[in-house]
Amino acid sequence: MNDSIVSLVYLAAAVLFVLGIKGLTKPKTAVRGNTLSATGMLVAVVITLLDRNIVSFEYIVAGMITGAILGGLMATRVQMTSMPQMVALLNGCGGGASLGLASASYLLAMEGSGYTSDIMGTLAVSFVMFTVLIGAVTMSGSLVAYAKLQELISGQGIGFAGMKFLNAAIFIAAIALLVMLCMNPGNTPLFWTLIALAIVLGLTLVLPIGGADMPVVIALLNSYSGIAAAAAGFILGNTVLIVTGSLVGASGLILTNIMCVAMNRSLTNVLFGVMAEGSEAIDADEIYGGKVKSAGAEEVAMILETARRVVIVPGFGMAMAQAQHAVRELADVMEGRGIEVEYAIHPVAGRMPGHMNVLLAEAEVPYDKMVEMDRINPTFDQTDVAIVIGANDVTNPMAREDKGSPIYGMPILNVDKANTVVVIKRSMSPGFAGLPNPLFAMDNCLMVFGDGKKAVIDITANLDLA
Amino acid sequence: MELLIMQLALFVLSLFLGVELITKVPPTLHTPLMSGTNAISGITLVGAVLAAGAGEASTLVHVLGFVAVVMATLNVIGGYLVTNRMLAMFKRRD
Repeated sequence: MNDSIVSLVYLAAAVLFVLGIKGLTKPKTAVRGNTLSATGMLVAVVITLLDRNIVSFEYIVAGMITGAILGGLMATRVQMTSMPQMVALLNGCGGGASLGLASASYLLAMEGSGYTSDIMGTLAVSFVMFTVLIGAVTMSGSLVAYAKLQELISGQGIGFAGMKFLNAAIFIAAIALLVMLCMNPGNTPLFWTLIALAIVLGLTLVLPIGGADMPVVIALLNSYSGIAAAAAGFILGNTVLIVTGSLVGASGLILTNIMCVAMNRSLTNVLFGVMAEGSEAIDADEIYGGKVKSAGAEEVAMILETARRVVIVPGFGMAMAQAQHAVRELADVMEGRGIEVEYAIHPVAGRMPGHMNVLLAEAEVPYDKMVEMDRINPTFDQTDVAIVIGANDVTNPMAREDKGSPIYGMPILNVDKANTVVVIKRSMSPGFAGLPNPLFAMDNCLMVFGDGKKAVIDITANLDLA
Repeated sequence: MELLIMQLALFVLSLFLGVELITKVPPTLHTPLMSGTNAISGITLVGAVLAAGAGEASTLVHVLGFVAVVMATLNVIGGYLVTNRMLAMFKRRD
Protein backbone atom coordinates (compact mmCIF):
# COMPACT_ATOMS: atom_id res chain seq x y z
CA MET A 1 0.00 0.00 0.00
CA ASN A 2 1.31 3.40 -1.00
CA ASP A 3 2.40 5.53 1.99
CA SER A 4 0.57 8.61 0.71
CA ILE A 5 -2.70 6.70 0.48
CA VAL A 6 -2.24 5.44 4.00
CA SER A 7 -1.62 8.99 5.22
CA LEU A 8 -4.72 10.26 3.43
CA VAL A 9 -6.84 7.54 4.98
CA TYR A 10 -5.42 8.46 8.40
CA LEU A 11 -6.42 12.05 7.70
CA ALA A 12 -9.96 10.90 6.89
CA ALA A 13 -10.03 8.94 10.15
CA ALA A 14 -8.89 12.01 12.11
CA VAL A 15 -11.64 14.09 10.48
CA LEU A 16 -14.20 11.45 11.49
CA PHE A 17 -12.94 11.59 15.10
CA VAL A 18 -13.29 15.36 15.17
CA LEU A 19 -16.81 15.18 13.70
CA GLY A 20 -17.59 12.45 16.22
CA ILE A 21 -16.61 14.62 19.17
CA LYS A 22 -18.50 17.52 17.63
CA GLY A 23 -21.60 15.30 17.59
CA LEU A 24 -21.22 14.89 21.34
CA THR A 25 -22.00 18.56 21.89
CA LYS A 26 -25.73 17.83 21.63
CA PRO A 27 -27.62 14.84 23.06
CA LYS A 28 -29.56 14.51 19.80
CA THR A 29 -26.53 14.13 17.57
CA ALA A 30 -24.41 12.23 20.09
CA VAL A 31 -25.22 8.69 18.95
CA ARG A 32 -24.43 9.60 15.35
CA GLY A 33 -21.20 11.24 16.52
CA ASN A 34 -20.14 8.09 18.30
CA THR A 35 -20.87 6.03 15.19
CA LEU A 36 -18.83 8.42 13.03
CA SER A 37 -15.92 8.15 15.40
CA ALA A 38 -16.18 4.33 15.44
CA THR A 39 -16.17 4.36 11.64
CA GLY A 40 -12.98 6.44 11.70
CA MET A 41 -11.42 3.82 13.97
CA LEU A 42 -12.43 0.97 11.68
CA VAL A 43 -11.01 2.72 8.62
CA ALA A 44 -7.71 3.49 10.40
CA VAL A 45 -7.28 -0.07 11.64
CA VAL A 46 -8.16 -1.70 8.32
CA ILE A 47 -5.71 0.43 6.34
CA THR A 48 -2.99 -0.35 8.89
CA LEU A 49 -3.61 -4.09 8.52
CA LEU A 50 -2.82 -3.73 4.82
CA ASP A 51 0.62 -2.33 5.69
CA ARG A 52 3.40 -4.23 3.93
CA ASN A 53 5.55 -4.26 7.09
CA ILE A 54 3.13 -6.64 8.73
CA VAL A 55 4.16 -10.19 7.96
CA SER A 56 2.76 -12.27 10.80
CA PHE A 57 -0.90 -12.01 11.64
CA GLU A 58 -1.29 -14.67 14.32
CA TYR A 59 -0.51 -12.34 17.27
CA ILE A 60 -2.70 -9.61 15.82
CA VAL A 61 -5.72 -11.81 15.25
CA ALA A 62 -5.40 -13.51 18.63
CA GLY A 63 -5.00 -10.14 20.37
CA MET A 64 -7.93 -8.54 18.59
CA ILE A 65 -10.26 -11.43 19.32
CA THR A 66 -9.27 -11.50 23.00
CA GLY A 67 -9.62 -7.74 23.36
CA ALA A 68 -12.93 -7.62 21.51
CA ILE A 69 -14.47 -10.38 23.66
CA LEU A 70 -13.28 -8.80 26.92
CA GLY A 71 -14.32 -5.29 25.86
CA GLY A 72 -17.68 -6.46 24.55
CA LEU A 73 -18.48 -8.39 27.70
CA MET A 74 -17.49 -5.50 29.96
CA ALA A 75 -19.41 -2.91 27.97
CA THR A 76 -22.65 -4.88 27.82
CA ARG A 77 -22.59 -6.17 31.41
CA VAL A 78 -21.47 -3.10 33.37
CA GLN A 79 -24.08 -1.38 35.52
CA MET A 80 -24.57 2.34 35.05
CA THR A 81 -23.64 2.94 38.70
CA SER A 82 -20.28 1.28 38.02
CA MET A 83 -19.44 3.51 35.07
CA PRO A 84 -16.58 5.30 36.89
CA GLN A 85 -14.82 1.96 37.44
CA MET A 86 -15.35 1.03 33.81
CA VAL A 87 -13.84 4.29 32.59
CA ALA A 88 -10.92 3.87 35.00
CA LEU A 89 -10.28 0.41 33.58
CA LEU A 90 -10.49 1.66 30.00
CA ASN A 91 -8.04 4.47 30.84
CA GLY A 92 -5.70 1.85 32.26
CA CYS A 93 -5.92 -0.21 29.06
CA GLY A 94 -5.13 2.89 27.00
CA GLY A 95 -2.02 3.51 29.10
CA GLY A 96 -1.07 -0.16 29.00
CA ALA A 97 -1.41 -0.30 25.22
CA SER A 98 0.91 2.69 24.82
CA LEU A 99 3.37 1.11 27.25
CA GLY A 100 3.30 -2.21 25.38
CA LEU A 101 3.71 -0.60 22.00
CA ALA A 102 6.56 1.65 23.13
CA SER A 103 8.40 -1.27 24.76
CA ALA A 104 7.95 -3.43 21.68
CA SER A 105 9.23 -0.65 19.44
CA TYR A 106 12.28 -0.11 21.70
CA LEU A 107 13.19 -3.81 21.81
CA LEU A 108 12.67 -4.09 18.08
CA ALA A 109 15.18 -1.27 17.56
CA MET A 110 17.63 -2.93 19.97
CA GLU A 111 17.38 -6.22 18.09
CA GLY A 112 17.93 -4.37 14.84
CA SER A 113 20.46 -1.62 14.22
CA GLY A 114 19.68 0.35 17.39
CA TYR A 115 19.24 4.09 17.56
CA THR A 116 21.52 6.50 15.74
CA SER A 117 23.73 8.65 17.95
CA ASP A 118 22.72 11.95 16.32
CA ILE A 119 19.98 14.29 17.55
CA MET A 120 17.23 12.39 15.70
CA GLY A 121 18.22 9.14 17.37
CA THR A 122 18.24 10.76 20.79
CA LEU A 123 14.82 12.31 20.13
CA ALA A 124 13.46 8.95 19.02
CA VAL A 125 14.65 7.33 22.26
CA SER A 126 13.26 10.18 24.33
CA PHE A 127 9.80 9.68 22.76
CA VAL A 128 9.93 5.98 23.60
CA MET A 129 10.96 6.63 27.19
CA PHE A 130 8.38 9.37 27.68
CA THR A 131 5.63 7.09 26.33
CA VAL A 132 6.80 4.28 28.61
CA LEU A 133 6.78 6.60 31.63
CA ILE A 134 3.35 8.12 31.09
CA GLY A 135 1.81 4.87 29.81
CA ALA A 136 2.93 2.93 32.87
CA VAL A 137 1.80 5.64 35.29
CA THR A 138 -1.59 5.74 33.57
CA MET A 139 -1.93 1.97 33.69
CA SER A 140 -1.05 1.39 37.35
CA GLY A 141 -2.75 4.59 38.52
CA SER A 142 -5.97 3.62 36.76
CA LEU A 143 -5.88 0.16 38.28
CA VAL A 144 -5.65 1.71 41.76
CA ALA A 145 -8.54 4.05 40.90
CA TYR A 146 -10.51 1.04 39.68
CA ALA A 147 -9.78 -0.93 42.87
CA LYS A 148 -10.87 2.03 44.99
CA LEU A 149 -14.10 2.63 43.08
CA GLN A 150 -14.92 -1.08 43.00
CA GLU A 151 -14.18 -1.09 46.77
CA LEU A 152 -11.57 -3.80 46.43
CA ILE A 153 -9.43 -1.53 48.59
CA SER A 154 -10.46 1.27 50.95
CA GLY A 155 -11.89 4.29 49.18
CA GLN A 156 -10.20 6.56 51.70
CA GLY A 157 -6.79 8.01 51.04
CA ILE A 158 -4.07 5.49 51.89
CA GLY A 159 -0.68 6.87 52.71
CA PHE A 160 1.50 8.61 55.23
CA ALA A 161 2.53 12.17 55.94
CA GLY A 162 5.68 12.18 53.81
CA MET A 163 4.04 10.50 50.82
CA LYS A 164 4.52 13.50 48.56
CA PHE A 165 8.27 13.46 49.19
CA LEU A 166 8.36 9.79 48.22
CA ASN A 167 6.42 10.58 45.04
CA ALA A 168 8.76 13.45 44.23
CA ALA A 169 11.77 11.19 44.80
CA ILE A 170 10.39 8.47 42.52
CA PHE A 171 9.50 11.03 39.88
CA ILE A 172 12.99 12.57 39.92
CA ALA A 173 14.57 9.11 39.77
CA ALA A 174 12.38 8.21 36.78
CA ILE A 175 13.36 11.40 34.96
CA ALA A 176 17.01 10.70 35.71
CA LEU A 177 16.67 7.21 34.22
CA LEU A 178 14.93 8.69 31.21
CA VAL A 179 17.83 11.07 30.60
CA MET A 180 20.41 8.30 31.10
CA LEU A 181 18.58 6.11 28.60
CA CYS A 182 18.56 8.93 26.07
CA MET A 183 22.33 9.17 26.37
CA ASN A 184 22.86 5.42 26.36
CA PRO A 185 19.88 3.74 24.67
CA GLY A 186 21.48 0.27 24.70
CA ASN A 187 21.21 -0.16 28.47
CA THR A 188 18.18 -2.49 28.60
CA PRO A 189 18.31 -3.21 32.38
CA LEU A 190 17.90 0.53 32.90
CA PHE A 191 14.86 0.41 30.60
CA TRP A 192 13.15 -2.26 32.70
CA THR A 193 13.95 -0.29 35.85
CA LEU A 194 12.27 2.76 34.33
CA ILE A 195 9.10 0.73 33.66
CA ALA A 196 9.11 -0.64 37.23
CA LEU A 197 9.61 2.84 38.72
CA ALA A 198 6.82 4.30 36.58
CA ILE A 199 4.42 1.56 37.68
CA VAL A 200 5.26 2.22 41.33
CA LEU A 201 4.79 5.95 40.74
CA GLY A 202 1.27 5.38 39.39
CA LEU A 203 0.42 3.42 42.54
CA THR A 204 1.84 5.92 45.01
CA LEU A 205 0.25 8.86 43.18
CA VAL A 206 -3.32 7.53 43.31
CA LEU A 207 -3.31 5.58 46.60
CA PRO A 208 -3.41 8.70 48.84
CA ILE A 209 -6.38 10.21 46.96
CA GLY A 210 -9.76 9.76 48.60
CA GLY A 211 -13.13 8.78 47.15
CA ALA A 212 -14.75 12.14 46.51
CA ASP A 213 -11.66 13.37 44.66
CA MET A 214 -11.98 10.50 42.18
CA PRO A 215 -13.68 12.64 39.49
CA VAL A 216 -10.47 14.66 39.21
CA VAL A 217 -8.25 11.58 39.14
CA ILE A 218 -10.30 9.83 36.47
CA ALA A 219 -10.38 12.93 34.29
CA LEU A 220 -6.63 13.37 34.71
CA LEU A 221 -5.86 9.73 33.89
CA ASN A 222 -8.11 10.10 30.85
CA SER A 223 -5.91 12.97 29.77
CA TYR A 224 -2.73 10.95 30.42
CA SER A 225 -3.99 8.08 28.28
CA GLY A 226 -4.43 10.56 25.43
CA ILE A 227 -1.00 12.10 25.91
CA ALA A 228 0.53 8.61 25.98
CA ALA A 229 -1.15 7.86 22.64
CA ALA A 230 0.16 11.11 21.16
CA ALA A 231 3.67 10.33 22.42
CA ALA A 232 3.40 6.89 20.83
CA GLY A 233 2.46 8.71 17.63
CA PHE A 234 5.78 10.56 17.76
CA ILE A 235 7.64 7.23 18.11
CA LEU A 236 6.03 5.82 14.99
CA GLY A 237 5.76 9.12 13.12
CA ASN A 238 2.07 8.33 12.85
CA THR A 239 -0.10 11.42 12.35
CA VAL A 240 -3.45 9.89 13.29
CA LEU A 241 -2.04 8.87 16.68
CA ILE A 242 -0.67 12.36 17.28
CA VAL A 243 -3.92 14.12 16.36
CA THR A 244 -6.27 11.86 18.29
CA GLY A 245 -3.96 11.55 21.27
CA SER A 246 -3.83 15.31 21.69
CA LEU A 247 -7.63 15.61 21.27
CA VAL A 248 -8.12 13.13 24.10
CA GLY A 249 -5.41 14.77 26.16
CA ALA A 250 -7.13 18.14 25.82
CA SER A 251 -10.49 16.64 26.69
CA GLY A 252 -9.18 15.11 29.91
CA LEU A 253 -7.42 18.32 30.92
CA ILE A 254 -10.58 20.40 30.46
CA LEU A 255 -12.65 17.98 32.52
CA THR A 256 -9.95 17.94 35.20
CA ASN A 257 -10.08 21.71 35.34
CA ILE A 258 -13.90 21.78 35.54
CA MET A 259 -13.80 19.32 38.45
CA CYS A 260 -11.16 21.31 40.31
CA VAL A 261 -13.08 24.57 39.91
CA ALA A 262 -16.24 22.86 41.15
CA MET A 263 -14.43 21.87 44.33
CA ASN A 264 -12.57 25.15 44.66
CA ARG A 265 -9.34 23.22 44.96
CA SER A 266 -6.17 23.35 42.95
CA LEU A 267 -4.97 20.32 41.06
CA THR A 268 -1.89 20.04 43.28
CA ASN A 269 -4.13 20.03 46.36
CA VAL A 270 -6.16 17.16 45.00
CA LEU A 271 -3.13 15.21 43.83
CA PHE A 272 -1.37 15.52 47.16
CA GLY A 273 -4.52 14.81 49.14
CA VAL A 274 -4.43 18.13 50.96
CA MET A 275 -7.63 19.64 52.33
CA ALA A 276 -7.52 23.31 53.27
CA GLU A 277 -7.06 23.81 56.98
CA GLY A 278 -10.00 25.15 58.96
CA SER A 279 -9.26 27.98 61.38
CA GLU A 280 -10.65 25.98 64.27
CA ALA A 281 -12.08 22.55 64.84
CA ILE A 282 -15.82 22.58 64.25
CA ASP A 283 -17.91 20.81 66.85
CA ALA A 284 -20.74 18.88 65.24
CA ASP A 285 -22.81 18.82 68.48
CA GLU A 286 -22.66 22.61 68.72
CA ILE A 287 -24.15 22.94 65.24
CA TYR A 288 -26.70 20.18 65.45
CA GLY A 289 -27.50 20.42 69.21
CA GLY A 290 -31.20 19.49 69.38
CA LYS A 291 -32.03 21.47 66.26
CA VAL A 292 -32.18 18.58 63.78
CA LYS A 293 -35.73 17.50 62.96
CA SER A 294 -36.42 14.11 61.53
CA ALA A 295 -39.53 13.26 59.57
CA GLY A 296 -41.23 10.17 58.19
CA ALA A 297 -42.40 9.41 54.67
CA GLU A 298 -45.99 10.43 55.50
CA GLU A 299 -44.99 13.88 56.66
CA VAL A 300 -42.85 14.47 53.56
CA ALA A 301 -45.69 13.31 51.31
CA MET A 302 -47.99 15.82 53.01
CA ILE A 303 -45.59 18.67 52.31
CA LEU A 304 -45.18 17.56 48.68
CA GLU A 305 -48.95 17.46 48.23
CA THR A 306 -49.17 21.23 48.36
CA ALA A 307 -45.93 21.96 46.51
CA ARG A 308 -45.85 23.52 43.06
CA ARG A 309 -42.15 23.24 42.30
CA VAL A 310 -39.76 20.55 43.56
CA VAL A 311 -36.02 20.24 42.89
CA ILE A 312 -34.31 16.89 43.38
CA VAL A 313 -30.61 17.01 44.30
CA PRO A 314 -28.89 13.64 43.71
CA GLY A 315 -25.46 12.70 45.04
CA PHE A 316 -23.23 9.68 45.28
CA GLY A 317 -25.61 8.20 47.88
CA MET A 318 -28.25 7.83 45.18
CA ALA A 319 -25.84 5.75 43.13
CA MET A 320 -24.89 3.65 46.17
CA ALA A 321 -28.55 2.94 46.95
CA GLN A 322 -29.36 2.30 43.25
CA ALA A 323 -32.26 4.69 43.86
CA GLN A 324 -32.40 6.38 40.44
CA HIS A 325 -35.46 4.44 39.25
CA ALA A 326 -37.29 5.04 42.54
CA VAL A 327 -36.49 8.74 42.24
CA ARG A 328 -37.90 8.85 38.71
CA GLU A 329 -41.10 7.16 39.90
CA LEU A 330 -41.47 9.75 42.66
CA ALA A 331 -41.00 12.48 40.06
CA ASP A 332 -43.63 10.84 37.84
CA VAL A 333 -46.18 10.82 40.66
CA MET A 334 -45.41 14.45 41.47
CA GLU A 335 -45.67 15.49 37.83
CA GLY A 336 -48.94 13.60 37.63
CA ARG A 337 -50.20 15.96 40.33
CA GLY A 338 -49.10 19.00 38.34
CA ILE A 339 -45.91 19.65 40.30
CA GLU A 340 -42.95 21.02 38.32
CA VAL A 341 -39.92 18.77 38.92
CA GLU A 342 -36.29 19.46 38.04
CA TYR A 343 -32.95 17.87 38.98
CA ALA A 344 -30.04 19.95 40.23
CA ILE A 345 -26.69 18.52 39.16
CA HIS A 346 -23.51 19.64 40.91
CA PRO A 347 -20.43 19.11 38.70
CA VAL A 348 -18.72 16.87 41.25
CA ALA A 349 -21.78 14.92 42.39
CA GLY A 350 -20.90 11.24 42.10
CA ARG A 351 -17.56 9.73 41.25
CA MET A 352 -16.91 11.05 37.75
CA PRO A 353 -17.95 13.99 35.56
CA GLY A 354 -21.57 13.53 34.45
CA HIS A 355 -22.10 10.45 36.67
CA MET A 356 -25.51 11.60 37.95
CA ASN A 357 -26.74 12.46 34.46
CA VAL A 358 -26.01 8.96 33.21
CA LEU A 359 -27.84 7.38 36.15
CA LEU A 360 -30.87 9.60 35.67
CA ALA A 361 -30.83 8.98 31.93
CA GLU A 362 -30.84 5.26 32.69
CA ALA A 363 -34.02 5.83 34.69
CA GLU A 364 -35.45 7.63 31.64
CA VAL A 365 -35.31 11.12 33.08
CA PRO A 366 -35.29 13.49 30.08
CA TYR A 367 -31.98 15.37 29.85
CA ASP A 368 -33.60 18.81 29.75
CA LYS A 369 -34.80 18.22 33.33
CA MET A 370 -31.20 17.88 34.55
CA VAL A 371 -30.12 21.42 35.28
CA GLU A 372 -26.57 22.61 35.90
CA MET A 373 -25.66 24.34 39.13
CA ASP A 374 -25.33 27.87 37.74
CA ARG A 375 -28.72 27.77 36.09
CA ILE A 376 -30.67 26.14 38.92
CA ASN A 377 -29.24 28.10 41.85
CA PRO A 378 -31.29 31.28 41.19
CA THR A 379 -34.49 29.19 41.14
CA PHE A 380 -34.26 27.78 44.68
CA ASP A 381 -35.97 30.96 45.95
CA GLN A 382 -39.11 29.94 44.08
CA THR A 383 -38.82 26.27 44.96
CA ASP A 384 -41.26 24.81 47.48
CA VAL A 385 -39.34 21.64 48.28
CA ALA A 386 -35.74 20.60 47.60
CA ILE A 387 -35.19 16.86 48.03
CA VAL A 388 -31.53 16.06 48.70
CA ILE A 389 -30.78 12.39 48.22
CA GLY A 390 -27.33 11.12 49.06
CA ALA A 391 -25.59 14.46 48.64
CA ASN A 392 -23.89 16.31 51.48
CA ASP A 393 -20.84 18.54 51.00
CA VAL A 394 -22.22 20.09 47.79
CA THR A 395 -25.14 21.53 49.81
CA ASN A 396 -23.14 22.72 52.82
CA PRO A 397 -23.86 26.45 53.39
CA MET A 398 -20.53 26.78 55.23
CA ALA A 399 -18.90 26.90 51.80
CA ARG A 400 -20.78 30.13 51.19
CA GLU A 401 -20.80 31.76 54.60
CA ASP A 402 -18.08 30.50 56.91
CA LYS A 403 -14.77 32.07 55.91
CA GLY A 404 -12.87 29.85 58.34
CA SER A 405 -14.28 26.65 56.88
CA PRO A 406 -12.00 24.39 54.83
CA ILE A 407 -14.57 24.28 52.03
CA TYR A 408 -15.14 28.06 51.98
CA GLY A 409 -15.44 29.26 48.39
CA MET A 410 -16.53 25.95 46.91
CA PRO A 411 -19.60 26.54 44.73
CA ILE A 412 -22.62 24.79 46.23
CA LEU A 413 -26.26 24.16 45.41
CA ASN A 414 -28.26 26.70 47.44
CA VAL A 415 -30.91 24.20 48.55
CA ASP A 416 -31.33 26.05 51.86
CA LYS A 417 -33.08 28.86 49.95
CA ALA A 418 -35.99 26.54 49.18
CA ASN A 419 -39.09 26.73 51.38
CA THR A 420 -38.52 23.24 52.71
CA VAL A 421 -35.48 21.02 52.36
CA VAL A 422 -35.89 17.27 52.72
CA VAL A 423 -32.61 15.44 53.23
CA ILE A 424 -32.68 11.68 52.70
CA LYS A 425 -29.61 10.23 54.39
CA ARG A 426 -28.54 7.13 56.28
CA SER A 427 -27.27 8.94 59.36
CA MET A 428 -25.80 12.24 60.52
CA SER A 429 -22.31 11.14 59.44
CA PRO A 430 -20.29 13.83 57.67
CA GLY A 431 -19.48 13.77 53.96
CA PHE A 432 -16.04 13.43 52.40
CA ALA A 433 -14.89 16.82 53.71
CA GLY A 434 -15.48 15.49 57.26
CA LEU A 435 -17.49 18.57 58.19
CA PRO A 436 -20.87 18.90 59.90
CA ASN A 437 -23.49 20.42 57.62
CA PRO A 438 -25.38 23.35 59.21
CA LEU A 439 -28.10 22.81 56.60
CA PHE A 440 -29.36 19.84 58.63
CA ALA A 441 -30.01 22.08 61.65
CA MET A 442 -31.89 24.78 59.75
CA ASP A 443 -35.52 25.54 60.55
CA ASN A 444 -36.70 24.63 57.06
CA CYS A 445 -34.84 21.30 56.93
CA LEU A 446 -36.30 17.86 57.58
CA MET A 447 -34.16 14.73 57.79
CA VAL A 448 -35.47 11.42 56.54
CA PHE A 449 -33.14 8.74 57.89
CA GLY A 450 -32.80 5.42 56.13
CA ASP A 451 -31.89 3.69 52.91
CA GLY A 452 -32.30 6.13 50.01
CA LYS A 453 -34.24 3.79 47.76
CA LYS A 454 -36.65 2.61 50.47
CA ALA A 455 -37.25 6.15 51.73
CA VAL A 456 -38.10 7.40 48.23
CA ILE A 457 -40.42 4.45 47.57
CA ASP A 458 -42.22 5.10 50.88
CA ILE A 459 -42.69 8.78 50.07
CA THR A 460 -44.00 7.89 46.60
CA ALA A 461 -46.48 5.39 48.07
CA ASN A 462 -47.77 7.94 50.58
CA LEU A 463 -48.07 10.66 47.97
CA ASP A 464 -49.88 8.31 45.62
CA LEU A 465 -52.49 7.59 48.32
CA ALA A 466 -53.04 11.24 49.18
CA MET B 1 13.87 17.21 11.58
CA GLU B 2 11.46 19.12 9.32
CA LEU B 3 9.02 16.25 9.57
CA LEU B 4 9.28 16.33 13.34
CA ILE B 5 8.50 20.06 13.44
CA MET B 6 5.46 19.39 11.26
CA GLN B 7 4.31 16.70 13.67
CA LEU B 8 4.83 19.02 16.60
CA ALA B 9 2.72 21.67 14.85
CA LEU B 10 0.02 19.07 14.28
CA PHE B 11 0.15 18.13 17.98
CA VAL B 12 -0.19 21.71 19.20
CA LEU B 13 -2.96 22.62 16.74
CA SER B 14 -4.89 19.48 17.66
CA LEU B 15 -4.64 20.45 21.33
CA PHE B 16 -6.28 23.79 20.54
CA LEU B 17 -8.91 22.10 18.39
CA GLY B 18 -9.58 19.69 21.27
CA VAL B 19 -10.04 22.53 23.73
CA GLU B 20 -12.44 24.35 21.38
CA LEU B 21 -14.46 21.19 20.74
CA ILE B 22 -14.64 19.84 24.26
CA THR B 23 -15.65 23.09 25.97
CA LYS B 24 -18.85 22.94 23.90
CA VAL B 25 -19.85 19.54 25.28
CA PRO B 26 -22.61 20.01 27.90
CA PRO B 27 -21.98 18.61 31.43
CA THR B 28 -24.84 16.14 30.91
CA LEU B 29 -22.72 14.30 28.38
CA HIS B 30 -19.42 14.38 30.28
CA THR B 31 -19.44 10.68 31.15
CA PRO B 32 -20.10 9.51 27.57
CA LEU B 33 -17.52 12.10 26.47
CA MET B 34 -14.92 10.42 28.67
CA SER B 35 -15.73 6.89 27.53
CA GLY B 36 -15.98 8.08 23.93
CA THR B 37 -12.62 9.85 23.90
CA ASN B 38 -11.29 6.80 25.69
CA ALA B 39 -12.37 4.65 22.78
CA ILE B 40 -10.68 7.11 20.43
CA SER B 41 -7.43 6.86 22.39
CA GLY B 42 -7.58 3.16 21.54
CA ILE B 43 -6.15 4.36 18.22
CA THR B 44 -2.89 3.06 19.71
CA LEU B 45 -4.21 -0.17 18.17
CA VAL B 46 -2.79 1.12 14.89
CA GLY B 47 0.70 1.20 16.40
CA ALA B 48 0.19 -1.99 18.38
CA VAL B 49 -0.74 -3.90 15.23
CA LEU B 50 2.49 -2.78 13.58
CA ALA B 51 4.51 -3.97 16.58
CA ALA B 52 2.70 -7.31 16.91
CA GLY B 53 3.02 -8.09 13.22
CA ALA B 54 6.65 -7.07 12.79
CA GLY B 55 8.67 -9.51 10.70
CA GLU B 56 12.03 -10.44 12.16
CA ALA B 57 11.57 -9.93 15.85
CA SER B 58 11.98 -11.90 19.05
CA THR B 59 9.09 -13.56 20.85
CA LEU B 60 9.29 -10.86 23.53
CA VAL B 61 8.53 -8.14 20.97
CA HIS B 62 5.63 -10.16 19.63
CA VAL B 63 4.25 -10.80 23.10
CA LEU B 64 4.48 -7.11 24.02
CA GLY B 65 2.79 -6.28 20.73
CA PHE B 66 0.12 -8.87 21.48
CA VAL B 67 -0.54 -7.39 24.94
CA ALA B 68 -0.77 -3.93 23.38
CA VAL B 69 -3.24 -5.22 20.76
CA VAL B 70 -5.42 -6.84 23.45
CA MET B 71 -5.52 -3.69 25.58
CA ALA B 72 -6.08 -1.32 22.67
CA THR B 73 -8.85 -3.49 21.20
CA LEU B 74 -10.49 -3.72 24.61
CA ASN B 75 -10.27 0.05 24.82
CA VAL B 76 -11.81 0.52 21.36
CA ILE B 77 -14.59 -2.07 21.50
CA GLY B 78 -15.44 -1.54 25.18
CA GLY B 79 -15.28 2.23 24.85
CA TYR B 80 -17.51 2.54 21.78
CA LEU B 81 -20.07 -0.01 22.98
CA VAL B 82 -20.46 1.47 26.43
CA THR B 83 -20.64 5.01 25.02
CA ASN B 84 -23.31 3.90 22.60
CA ARG B 85 -25.25 2.28 25.44
CA MET B 86 -25.19 5.48 27.46
CA LEU B 87 -26.01 7.78 24.57
CA ALA B 88 -28.95 5.63 23.53
CA MET B 89 -30.43 6.30 26.99
CA PHE B 90 -30.14 10.04 26.51
CA LYS B 91 -31.81 9.84 23.15
CA ARG B 92 -34.75 7.69 24.22
CA ARG B 93 -37.21 10.40 25.10
CA ASP B 94 -36.80 12.67 22.12
